[in-house]
Amino acid sequence: MQYDVAAAPGRLIEARRRPEFTSWADRVAPAAFIMPAVLTILALSIFPLIVSVYLSLARIKFEKGGVTVTFIGLLNYKKLLFGSQQFHLIGTLMPITPLGWVFQAIVAGLLILWLVTAVRRGAGVLGLVGRLLVAVAAIALALLFTSAGAEGGQLGTIGVTLTYVVIGVCVQYGLGLALAMLCVQNLRGRGFFRVVFFLPMMITPVGVAYTFRMLTDTTKGPFSPIWQGLGLSDFAWAATAWGARVAVMIGDAWQWTPFMFIVLLAAIEGQPREQVEAAHVDGANHWQIFRFITWPAIMPVTITLILIRVIEAFKIVDLPNVLTNGGPGIASESMTLHAYSTWRALDIGGSAAIAYMLLFIVTFFCTAFVNLVRTRPPARAAGAQR
Amino acid sequence: MKQWKRLGLAVALSAACGALGMAGPAAAGKYDGVTVNVVTFTGPQIAEPLQRRAPDFQKLTGAKINVITVPFSDFYTKLLSDFATGTNSYDAAVFAPQWMVDFIEPGYLQDITAQVKSDAALKWDDIGPFFRDFSATYNGKVYTIPLDGDFQMVYYRSDLLKQANMAPPKTWDDYIAIAKAFQGKDLDGDGKPDYGSCIAKKRSAQSYWMVLSVAGGFLQSKGTGQGLFFDTDTMAPLVNNEAFKAALKVYVETTKYAPPDEINLDVGDTRALFTSGRCALTLDWGDIGTLAIDPTTSKVNDKVGAVVLPGSPKVLDRASGKLVDCTKDTCPYAIDGINHAPFAAFGGWSGAINAAKDQKIKDAAYDFLSYMSQPEQANVDVTIGKTGFNPYRVSQFENLDLWIKAGMSKAAAENYLGAIKDSLNSPNMVLDLRVPQNQRYEQVVLDTAVARLLAGELDIDKTAAEIETGWNEATEELGKDAQLKAYRAALGLK
Repeated sequence: MQYDVAAAPGRLIEARRRPEFTSWADRVAPAAFIMPAVLTILALSIFPLIVSVYLSLARIKFEKGGVTVTFIGLLNYKKLLFGSQQFHLIGTLMPITPLGWVFQAIVAGLLILWLVTAVRRGAGVLGLVGRLLVAVAAIALALLFTSAGAEGGQLGTIGVTLTYVVIGVCVQYGLGLALAMLCVQNLRGRGFFRVVFFLPMMITPVGVAYTFRMLTDTTKGPFSPIWQGLGLSDFAWAATAWGARVAVMIGDAWQWTPFMFIVLLAAIEGQPREQVEAAHVDGANHWQIFRFITWPAIMPVTITLILIRVIEAFKIVDLPNVLTNGGPGIASESMTLHAYSTWRALDIGGSAAIAYMLLFIVTFFCTAFVNLVRTRPPARAAGAQR
Repeated sequence: MKQWKRLGLAVALSAACGALGMAGPAAAGKYDGVTVNVVTFTGPQIAEPLQRRAPDFQKLTGAKINVITVPFSDFYTKLLSDFATGTNSYDAAVFAPQWMVDFIEPGYLQDITAQVKSDAALKWDDIGPFFRDFSATYNGKVYTIPLDGDFQMVYYRSDLLKQANMAPPKTWDDYIAIAKAFQGKDLDGDGKPDYGSCIAKKRSAQSYWMVLSVAGGFLQSKGTGQGLFFDTDTMAPLVNNEAFKAALKVYVETTKYAPPDEINLDVGDTRALFTSGRCALTLDWGDIGTLAIDPTTSKVNDKVGAVVLPGSPKVLDRASGKLVDCTKDTCPYAIDGINHAPFAAFGGWSGAINAAKDQKIKDAAYDFLSYMSQPEQANVDVTIGKTGFNPYRVSQFENLDLWIKAGMSKAAAENYLGAIKDSLNSPNMVLDLRVPQNQRYEQVVLDTAVARLLAGELDIDKTAAEIETGWNEATEELGKDAQLKAYRAALGLK
């Protein structure tokens, strides 16, 4: 019922008689206006998502008159995890060396310690279950790396992608932070450097890949005199497994460090100036200021930044594709590239299965990250204040 | 009144536009207003002559030719999914004729038998019989127009071999010996060490034919009909045996006397290396011969020799899976006790037409492909290295003047054409695989396994086993009987 309080009393009667239709329309209006956008999003992203789940459970064949889709259940996943494509996704697993077992023991010990600490701190049942899952995943990963790292073993695309993400994002964050700390100071030309440091992010990934391909070519191209001067003329980055992976990580770091840099720069510049000045007055040195003022201040931004970058990093495809073609063999192939080359071989069901595996891994990783980081206790601050 | 003025203005404007539209180009072409979308691989080879001659064709007929390029590794998939889903974004395709099987069976390609027979300008009978049969005809009907003829050969630096008193390689052991002798020496006079052998070994490119070229001499000895890939009675893959493993061993060995990143080099890279004088040997299609005489890029003009693919003094005994010596019995076509098996790798780029399009577009596409293949155009294009087109017409082999005019010396032309002719006329020539989904056998299974072998991820025994498993898996899925029938038909066996 609409009441026009400010109007003359005569108007009150009109307000009560306002048709039901208008009030219904008012209630329904928000939904009705959003509906076209929602339907578009459903059609363009959710619907294909559901269809691709079905595709990952089917075999697609190109036949006379079109395409036949045959439901085969979990066969694609079985093939990837346990069957003829296991070497590609998971890797070639060899018996673990004694040293590997020592490493495994250390990892397991640390995880148990962490779980016990969580119990002591009074984590709820859900929190414990989540932590247990993370611990199991961490042990499985450690097993994967030690087993694939043994003599004759080979890391599959899951391991390679995780390498790109973990090492890559750490390096990018560290470099971005260092550059941001530099550019925050009142140095001459810092405005120029802020722009220049930001440029690599503007270049298309394929352009970056070709640039690094030229740079890492030791036999021809603009940098070959340097390589040959260093005595590396017989070395090919893309010819060894770790050489190829490092080349991809260098290219990735060059392109994405500016993203870290620009966000961290804004975060550092946004930290409370009074605290910093007070710390200076109190005689704190740079490291103490960073550790106790800057770092906590940029922590929320850091978490978001790392989360965003990690989600993107899992999808890396242009650099391995153009720089090394996933080579040598399959040593630098990321999961997305694996899905792409499987699609190219017309195994569309298998390609969808790989994409879903990536989705599961990314979701697990990010959920764990967000939950674990979120529980950094505000209790500690409260405790300190007591 | 204002309304009438506005209406009058509108009418006058539209009339003017209409008049302008009518007064179009003076000459009315046969295919005015028709656009033909031709798809091929990124190149620059193959796409270059199509793009270069498209404006000329448009001047003659009015049809606009739009050349679309796709990376080679995606080409088969793009083409098949475009046809199968009915998207039909391509009117014509210049592609690998061995893939023809997968496009003809479901009815995607236009039958052009009648048009070809009545096309006098095309000079169909001038096209080499092998290319007419293998690249263009299927089940007695013609579906493609050959634009290129493909044979792999070994090329060598004739000046360097002469200096070192070495003969061109006859066996793969000779090849390795020559490569070893020149590896690390300065071959182009710039003070930096160069390479003995340059072979394109990049994954997901065109490298898998190179390993088959090496394997030919070990595996096939009793003539083309014996086949290279499968047993002609059981469809068992011929890879998990001593002969194929010996070929893999040779292939890996050549990597030792090559550029350090050879496993990342594509044909464009190895051709550039060889023609700039940095390699003593290479294994490639006919392009090296014409690229060597390109004055803008070649430093080895008149220093290049070509020879039929090296062979082997030992061949596969199919019953036992072992290598046996060459005798009159086991190697009826051996030359000096060595079994050569020239490999018609790929067949030769050919053009086909999408059957689902309008008649006008199909006619325009046919005329363009015919124009490209006619001797007036083709005989010039095959002498230019960067076109990627190699000789396929009898007139191109016989007429030395063509080549001398393009810049080859008489000796070089005779040597180059001689090697191609020897390959073409060899009774033990190897036909490329032409069964349904041959792309899966070659570009997917073989290519991945060999890439992993070269990367050191697999050893030779495991590689051979993996190829065998992959090929058997494919044969099972597609139906063994159907595949065997298609394989035998392609080899000309009943």
